[in-house]
Amino acid sequence: MTVEFRKDLFADERDDDLVEVGKPTRRQDILGHVTGRSPFYDDHLFEGLLHMRCVRSPHHHARIRSIDTSRAERMPGVVRVLTGADVPNNLNTLLGLMDFGRDDEPLLSTRKVAYRGEPVAAVIADSEARANDAVAEVRVNWEELPCVFDVEEALAPGAPVVNDTYPNNSFDYHDTYDHQKLRFGDVESALASADRVIEGCYEMSPIEQAPLETNGAIAAPETNGRFVCYTSTQALFFSLATASKLLDLPSNRLHFVGGTVGGGFGGKVDSIVEPMALLGCMLTGRPVRFAWDRAEEMQVGAPRGAERWYLTDGVMNDGRIVARRFTGYFDAGAYTRLSSYAIIKATGHLPGPYTIPNVSSDILCVFTNRTPATAMRGFGITGVDFAIESHMDVVAHEIGMDPVELRILNAYRDGDMKPHRRIAKNCALIECAQVAAQKAGWPIGDAFGAMASTRDGGGERAAIPPTVTDRDGRIGERRAGRTGRGERRTIAPTPGQDTAATGTPARSGSAANYAHPAAAPAWQPGTVPQPPRTEQPPPRTEGPPHAPRAPAPARYSRFATNAGLRRR
Amino acid sequence: MAQKPLQFRLNGAEKAVFVEDGANLLDVLRRSVGDLTAKRGCAQGGCGACTVLIDGVPGLSCLTLAETVEGRSVATAGGLPGDGSHPLQEAFMAHFAAQCGFCTPGMLMAATALLESTPHPDRDQVVHALSGNICRCTGYEPIIAAVLEVAGEGGGGRS
Repeated sequence: MTVEFRKDLFADERDDDLVEVGKPTRRQDILGHVTGRSPFYDDHLFEGLLHMRCVRSPHHHARIRSIDTSRAERMPGVVRVLTGADVPNNLNTLLGLMDFGRDDEPLLSTRKVAYRGEPVAAVIADSEARANDAVAEVRVNWEELPCVFDVEEALAPGAPVVNDTYPNNSFDYHDTYDHQKLRFGDVESALASADRVIEGCYEMSPIEQAPLETNGAIAAPETNGRFVCYTSTQALFFSLATASKLLDLPSNRLHFVGGTVGGGFGGKVDSIVEPMALLGCMLTGRPVRFAWDRAEEMQVGAPRGAERWYLTDGVMNDGRIVARRFTGYFDAGAYTRLSSYAIIKATGHLPGPYTIPNVSSDILCVFTNRTPATAMRGFGITGVDFAIESHMDVVAHEIGMDPVELRILNAYRDGDMKPHRRIAKNCALIECAQVAAQKAGWPIGDAFGAMASTRDGGGERAAIPPTVTDRDGRIGERRAGRTGRGERRTIAPTPGQDTAATGTPARSGSAANYAHPAAAPAWQPGTVPQPPRTEQPPPRTEGPPHAPRAPAPARYSRFATNAGLRRR
Repeated sequence: MAQKPLQFRLNGAEKAVFVEDGANLLDVLRRSVGDLTAKRGCAQGGCGACTVLIDGVPGLSCLTLAETVEGRSVATAGGLPGDGSHPLQEAFMAHFAAQCGFCTPGMLMAATALLESTPHPDRDQVVHALSGNICRCTGYEPIIAAVLEVAGEGGGGRS
């Protein structure tokens, strides 16, 4: 492997006495890997080990009328059959450990299921095969319910309620708001005065982590009143605390052993197998192994969730992006897991690595009857970055500008203010784009080749613009949060509604040629149906007469001065 | 459930165990014999993590009926030196050809079989020989480079 150091870039900011970077190194655990001795959770042997398998819903959404385990209990080799009644504290949300969100997910469902594969019972037997045989003998009387798989359909009036804890089918931020909001500057005014308004819709499918080792855990009694749990978890103490809560057991009675994970990529943080194995162990007094098979890993293993993003950019003819509006929908699946947190991450990432003086964002965490979503490598960022960078290409195409030059022109520079009110430091996008263009033999204009992250940032670009408020002094449109049925509303994008009124901006194409999601509702710019609003929506674009207005985007000066340059 | 006696050679040592009817070789190796080096990734022949050599030929132990190895010779990564001194092990370590390590024993077995039958494979032959083994971490190139280095190709693959 060769590493090329560009010593010409940021030379005065970096020591060159690197000890590890650029030099071959050896993993501390690799001798165990090449000898097959690395101790994965399933590499611990126990006398009298029992095996647990789950009874899972064949339906995406169904009420449980009854569960009959009597036949399964009489099957050969079966030691115990569990249902939700056996779980001491059968409702949890992963981030409840940090008091973020309401408990919304049972370990074993008792009343209804909201995704296909949701567990409702578990069989413990002396072999996996016998456990599987007995699973097939558990009789569940289902009453199928209508289901919803699309985030915007889930928010429409009359949609089936997926998750009873959140009857609006959206996560309640701060227990009140149905979305996570970001406001910086005055997007609507900037859109109205921009030369062009360019819209796009981008969608990312769920992605399964597919670790080679499936999720699993083995729990066994210890002689000191504790239980040991060997687990594939990526989050050992997170799993320990989650098990402690679900099992209503002090955490000092749990002895978790992990650290050797056969691939995780985010798919081994949900802490389901550990409390299940421990519960089986507590109820039988014997070692219990609960290992997902490959089909379960694919069906119920929580993926990176689907996302849908609507972007609206206000762009000047010279390529400056003066406004960017986001409306995002995260498909959490049936339960919250970590999607609410992914949205916090996404919000902090907006509007991408670009200095845009007017940014707004509304992101909803939506419940559907799909497999619950969770962490996966950069979750919260990946989907919106795909949307942002796809949209940058669309914008470049629409205004007839080179896509690399567009990125260089709009990139963060040292000293610039980001929409979440932090100063950009150690920026390097301009230099990365310049080097990448050079390596690829992609010609860029001299002016763009001469730009630098360390120059022309800060100053006016470091200002925090006044926040636009509505007549009630609120930021942006108000959301009712937990409204009654039928009062739910989407934050549908309102592309062009304000700008169209001015008559001035040149309306672009919908960018439909670039990323048109097949599953998206037929969406045309400016024709988004607005669900009925029971609460009077304050106009988003007008502040109260006394409210300070953001500087008009047209006067925004991109490269006005060196004076604001801040050394990092 | 009926138990049957089974005798075979594992990494050169004689083994005699009782196995249940229909037991697969992977479970017998892991639970009856105690050789934990073969891994269960899918139990349906799709991932290669359970690859062992049966009379020198790579096979998927999860799909192999245990009784079919009666009197035969089985090799696993457990037969490789515990100090990592086998050339393939050294090359895997030098090329960072393992991250989580779950696929590594199967990869090593597939590579061992290739080098026994084809001491100097080219890159295409290496790729073909490893094509039944899934790795979700490395992106394969470090593994290919490691095998090519042992094959005397000078580690020609990109890493």
